[in-house]
Amino acid sequence: MSFPALPLDEARKVSTNMTMEIMTQIKRETNGNALIKVSVKKMDVYYGKFRALADINLDVREKQITAIIGPSGCGKSTLLRSFNRMNDLTPSCRMIGEITLDGENIFAPGVDVVDIRRRVGMVFQRPNPFPKSIYDNVAYGPRLYGVRRRTDLDEVVERSLKSAALWEEVKDKLHQSGMSLSGGQQQRLCIARALAVEPEVILMDEPASALDPISTLRIEELMHDLAKEYTIIIVTHNMQQAARVSNYTAMMMIDEQRAGRMIEYDQTQVIFTRPKDKRTEDYVTGRFG
Amino acid sequence: MSQMAELTDRRRALSIRRRKTINAVMITLTGVLTALALVPLFWIIGYVIVRGGKAINLDFFIHMPTPLGVTGGGVLSSIEGTLVLIILAAVFAIPPGVLAAFYAARYPNRPLGVALRFSTDVLSGVPSIVVGVFVYGLMVVPMGHYSGLAGGAALAVIMLPTIIRTTEEMLKLVPGTLREASLGLGAPEWKTSLSVLFPAAANGILTGFLLAIARAAGETAPLLMTALGNERFNLGQIVSGGVQNHQSIFTIIGRIINAPVDSLPLALWKYAQQPYPERVEQSWAVALVLMIFVLAINIIARVWAQERARKMRG
Repeated sequence: MSFPALPLDEARKVSTNMTMEIMTQIKRETNGNALIKVSVKKMDVYYGKFRALADINLDVREKQITAIIGPSGCGKSTLLRSFNRMNDLTPSCRMIGEITLDGENIFAPGVDVVDIRRRVGMVFQRPNPFPKSIYDNVAYGPRLYGVRRRTDLDEVVERSLKSAALWEEVKDKLHQSGMSLSGGQQQRLCIARALAVEPEVILMDEPASALDPISTLRIEELMHDLAKEYTIIIVTHNMQQAARVSNYTAMMMIDEQRAGRMIEYDQTQVIFTRPKDKRTEDYVTGRFG
Repeated sequence: MSQMAELTDRRRALSIRRRKTINAVMITLTGVLTALALVPLFWIIGYVIVRGGKAINLDFFIHMPTPLGVTGGGVLSSIEGTLVLIILAAVFAIPPGVLAAFYAARYPNRPLGVALRFSTDVLSGVPSIVVGVFVYGLMVVPMGHYSGLAGGAALAVIMLPTIIRTTEEMLKLVPGTLREASLGLGAPEWKTSLSVLFPAAANGILTGFLLAIARAAGETAPLLMTALGNERFNLGQIVSGGVQNHQSIFTIIGRIINAPVDSLPLALWKYAQQPYPERVEQSWAVALVLMIFVLAINIIARVWAQERARKMRG
């Protein structure tokens, strides 16, 4: 099957229509009055001398899903990894400016990075369960924080797996290796592992990009459920996904110095239907990127 | 059909026949040479089994060596000595080897990491007799006598490069995201290494240990100048004597490692040089025992690794 080539304007109309169609599928109600949970203020991130992020400002609202979109290499992941100070692990990485979590600067001296990472959990692009049993994967975090009693651990494991919509599938094989699960199940296991330490914010770095469409759908539904309790920040390449799952969308792009900048940030509905910036419009309608 | 087309047709037919012939010749050649490469292997194994099998019996494993002319002697002293040496070597080589490998895997670009990798390569190329001379100067001369301790140290030096290299490679194979996942949950670096990194690499690391042990078990040269050989080394006697005299466990261990000990390769070397046919026969049997021992460690290592990998996948 082949389609006749459309003139560019026609193609754009089609893709805009597709976006509109997607918009009508949005189920989540956006709360414009939600409190600000995480706030980025005038943040620059350097790798050595190279400025990877320039002048980032962003207010992430509580119990909402915020998507970060933009072309490859624009610093989406770097921004995401700033929220729980994972960038600290890159020796040459330096940050200027501030990120506040509930009003407190997470870069301030004296802040315990362990505490930040407990409160801000992370789910990675590829499912990365530990080579341990399903149970031990989920119990890993609570054990770190001193939970030892078997009954307590059992409870945390069950609750986390239920929240990650995985309990029914694994409750009879909790002591099998986490690696024995399918890709989609592994990713939900990783989400359960992150939930087990009762974080307030969950960062997701393209959590579905390594999964098939059905698993992707399950992760997206799961995100909707989780957003009732947690603040979620997701990086995605997939425009439809951003439109489907998020309440707010931040659009990033690199400037002439190859530094990532935030171009536009608004409610997802606005970004996808009447963006203020031409580049955002071009990007979400699939004209480039 | 034109003359030209006929010519190309003939040429094509010729070229197909030629390609097929070359293919057949090359396949035969590779087959024959592969078979040829296997000849020494099976020749050695077969010959050792035939010659060694004659002198081997149960007594051979459970009796001490007897004086010439007295039948029924065994090589218990060598078997015990080999075990003592291997255990000592493993104790000396594994902890520093694993930690060094961890450092090299974690900080490959720091000067110490680079130096470590380079010196590991050099060390693995050092002739084993040189290792023997080194330990002789380092331990035998100051102690004033040959000992199992010195033998164990020499074998440890032989094992180190294998252990460092395999452990480093295995640690590097663990995906970085696994480490990040643990750190992302707030785990400190040491906890991440201990409960995520090492368990994930355990399979390959343990296989590396066993292969290093198998290699060390067959070494003769470094032992000539360190463990020396001792036909009267009798583990049972030392232990039971020590228990009877209410010696502490440390005293007993001290007595075991302080004396010169025998080993299978040493016994083989010694017996094979002697002008007595029964000794030569025995040296063949020792060769067989040594070969089976090393083969068994290799097979165990492989089966174990496969089994664990299978269990890990679920």
